[in-house]
Amino acid sequence: MTADLLVLAPEALLALGAVLGLAVGTWLPPGREGAVRGIGGVLAVAAAVAALTGPRGPAFDGTYLVDTATTVVRVVVAGAVVVTLVLAGDRPDVSGGPRPTSGDSGGPPLTSARGDTAFAVLLQLSAVGAMLLGGATDLLLLAAAVLLAGLPLAALAGLARDGRATEAALKYFLTSALFGLLALTGTTLLLGLAGATTYPALVGLTGAAPAVGIVLVLAGLLMAAGAVPAHYWVPDAVDGTSPVTGAVLTTTAKIGALVALWRLTLAVPAVPTPLLVAILAVASMTLGNLAAFAQTSLRRLLAYSTVSQVGYLLVPVAVARETALALPTLLGYLAAYTVTNLAVFAVVAARPQALEIGEQRGLARRHPALAVALAVGLLGLVGTPPTVVFAGKLGVFAAALDGGAAWLAVVAVVNSIASLFYYLRWIAPVFSAGDPVLRDPVAPRARAVAVGLAVVSVVGTVALATL
Amino acid sequence: MLTVMWVAPLVVALLLVPVTRREVLLGAWIVLALLEAVLAGVAWAGVGTGYAHEVVVPWIPAFGVGYHLGLDGLSAPLVAMTTVVFLAVALYSLRADPAQDGDTDPRRTRGWVLLFLGLEAVSVGVFVALDLVLFFVFFDVAIVLMYFVIAGWGSGERARSALQFFLYTFVGSLVMLLGFLALAVSGPALTFDIPTLAARPLGGTAGTLALVAIGVGLAIKTPVWPVHTWLPPAHTDAPAAGSAVLAAVLLKMGTYGFVRIALPLLPGPWRSVALVAVVLGVVSVLWGALVALAQRDLKRMIAYTSVNHMGYVLLALGAAGFLTAGPAARGLAVTGATVQMVSHGLVTAALFLLAGVLRERGGTSEIGAWSGIAGPMPRFSWTFAVAAFASLGLPGLSGFVAEFSMIAGSLAAVPVAAALSALGLAVTAALFVRALQSMLLGDRHLPRRAERVPPRTGTFRRPAPVDLRVAQTVAVGLLLAGSLAIGVAPALVTSTIAPAAATVVDLVSR
Repeated sequence: MTADLLVLAPEALLALGAVLGLAVGTWLPPGREGAVRGIGGVLAVAAAVAALTGPRGPAFDGTYLVDTATTVVRVVVAGAVVVTLVLAGDRPDVSGGPRPTSGDSGGPPLTSARGDTAFAVLLQLSAVGAMLLGGATDLLLLAAAVLLAGLPLAALAGLARDGRATEAALKYFLTSALFGLLALTGTTLLLGLAGATTYPALVGLTGAAPAVGIVLVLAGLLMAAGAVPAHYWVPDAVDGTSPVTGAVLTTTAKIGALVALWRLTLAVPAVPTPLLVAILAVASMTLGNLAAFAQTSLRRLLAYSTVSQVGYLLVPVAVARETALALPTLLGYLAAYTVTNLAVFAVVAARPQALEIGEQRGLARRHPALAVALAVGLLGLVGTPPTVVFAGKLGVFAAALDGGAAWLAVVAVVNSIASLFYYLRWIAPVFSAGDPVLRDPVAPRARAVAVGLAVVSVVGTVALATL
Repeated sequence: MLTVMWVAPLVVALLLVPVTRREVLLGAWIVLALLEAVLAGVAWAGVGTGYAHEVVVPWIPAFGVGYHLGLDGLSAPLVAMTTVVFLAVALYSLRADPAQDGDTDPRRTRGWVLLFLGLEAVSVGVFVALDLVLFFVFFDVAIVLMYFVIAGWGSGERARSALQFFLYTFVGSLVMLLGFLALAVSGPALTFDIPTLAARPLGGTAGTLALVAIGVGLAIKTPVWPVHTWLPPAHTDAPAAGSAVLAAVLLKMGTYGFVRIALPLLPGPWRSVALVAVVLGVVSVLWGALVALAQRDLKRMIAYTSVNHMGYVLLALGAAGFLTAGPAARGLAVTGATVQMVSHGLVTAALFLLAGVLRERGGTSEIGAWSGIAGPMPRFSWTFAVAAFASLGLPGLSGFVAEFSMIAGSLAAVPVAAALSALGLAVTAALFVRALQSMLLGDRHLPRRAERVPPRTGTFRRPAPVDLRVAQTVAVGLLLAGSLAIGVAPALVTSTIAPAAATVVDLVSR
């Protein structure tokens, strides 16, 4: 039992951070709750260290498994928590002048001032859920993890307490409730068929009934990952909240959910899940890309871009049974995606007053470092070398070809090409000569985070040699 | 050694990030470009049979991707040509008066220098890479950097041209990547290593599909008719130095890809589609020449002659795929194709830099806007005449060596095509001589901007001369000297290229 608890140390540390943060935050005056984020950050780093050094293997009678995949999920999620906490503590540097009017497009400041503690605590709770998703080898634990990863995010989306944030929260909550219910139904069905909920007990299932059960559980995971057909909360939730919240919504739960999808696909070999996943992958890529074309809001564009990225991430899941390349590809792409996506969201968060494409003109002249970080991030999302997502996409193409799904590789390439158009629509004005702007304040920490992550995304490619 | 060659520009670029003084930026760039040229010479001297200065380190072992560099007779001359072109471009960018082209902000100069340092790094990298993924990485980054050069410093509809260039070549590169992947997964173990893949050539339907994918990607880059349409706008709207690098170095990535990847790795499929390559080559030769004849803008005209010149390369490489001809003839064709890459790089870079001088002085590179400039611009006229003759293939200059070997090598395999392509020589000769005649000779007529004497702001300031400045003369002279050297003593390059070309022919014959 003690050994089992030790295996769960990273999750426990993060949860401890949430509890401590809540306790401390209650006693702090509003607006001066930085200590909560500090505690959260320190414990998230501790969780990452514990994940790297801690024991591995199954725990709690095989309901939880710590292997390479779980470790990667834990480290990446913990890293994302640290980065988002740093971003959340930022304020645009507006000293010496009035805050520029933002009109309709402007969101709230990075997070609402009253919600500092709540933001940090909810973020950490959701991260615990994401980690559990990554390691769960039991349907009941999986269902609980889906809820734990999802519900805090619904509250997080509604933190700003304005109309759009409420809409975002409601939409997220209803979607996650619906798909969570589907997942629970699927779990019940599979429990009835197999007599147990652990993955090893599901291996022998054949026929139509288990397929229905698996599809229902998949639905819950697809919702957490933000993939088609459960993607429609993504644009509204991301566009209605601050960029930092958007970064959280499109990162943490997704990481765990995709690894959970991978585990589930391998768990029941008789059910043709891969074909379904492949079709959903194609649908996600294509729909996300097509919808992103016409967007003028940066957050909406990014939201659809994350939908299409999930499509690429589903490709290794779809060929997981055929090729050994699938797992390294999935994990590598997840880490690369997290770094790059956070970098782009950090760029957006650095200028919360300019959230439309039209307001990006001439950014390169005013803030060259930010512009270069943005270009690296966006080209990274396309999959241009030398960023890490390139290695991920290369893996996706290779895994698809190696797994006998050449058509999937071709579709992924075509979609990558299509995605160029809307990413370039954003990059081009940034590097054009803009109209003179009196003031263009930049949040200093967000800029540092953006540049730092952009550097990581390039250096990471070189660092692949050490793996 | 090779690692140093491609990393050094990046290191210098990183060091220059905080610098804002123009003199330091340009000075450091020229010193580095010189150093690179010297290194390229030293590296070339070490080339024997097989790969010299080889480096093999695993990079992404899970996908069989390695960091594999090497230099052989095919790549050494191209690397040397690349460093010389970048040295010329660096010298050309030295401006006595930065205000002349509105470049008063030193931060813009820094951006310019950093972009070109990056371009030099990846250009050298492409030619020394012996791993498909590494090749692709350098290939793609070059596209991105060139996009920023055109979009940031171009003229006319630069944003549109840059976007067209980027999309076109990027699409090509991704299609090429699919072909690479098909090659990589073909064997028992996933590998992207070029020598390893050359040892297990891929045939059959998979091989043909891979060749089609790789061929389309490389053809767009080369460019071959009918996928050449991105080239004229990109060249016309790019800044002179950008055009020079684009034509001299980036186009070679396409043709080099054929010699390095398509022929040795997919010998069977290449032989089966060789006729297609020959036909496309001949069409490019004739189409490029005829359309160039109709151009009124000098830069556009040079751009179309690039299509023409690259057409010969494809023709020769196609001819190398016909086993009916002897290995000697086919070796000659491949040698000629490689010499053509080097020659075209040197000569076209010079031509584009010269056209850039016209833009800089008179604001236009329309052929009709300039006449009788031999009088006021003697240095320009001499260098332009030499470059034009080198481009049209006058004996004694590099273009002749290249085109003669290519046509002679192809004659045995595809006599009709070779004869047809010789017609292209006549057309290019006509168009260059016509341009020389109308621009250099006749009544003196310059665009108004070139005639105007700049207002004297101080007693000691002389009006800027219309002719080439010293640095520009040195830059162009350097390129033309290279062309002349190859023309007078072809053995300088062919002695290195011929053995490597023979190896390629052996590999294709499997």
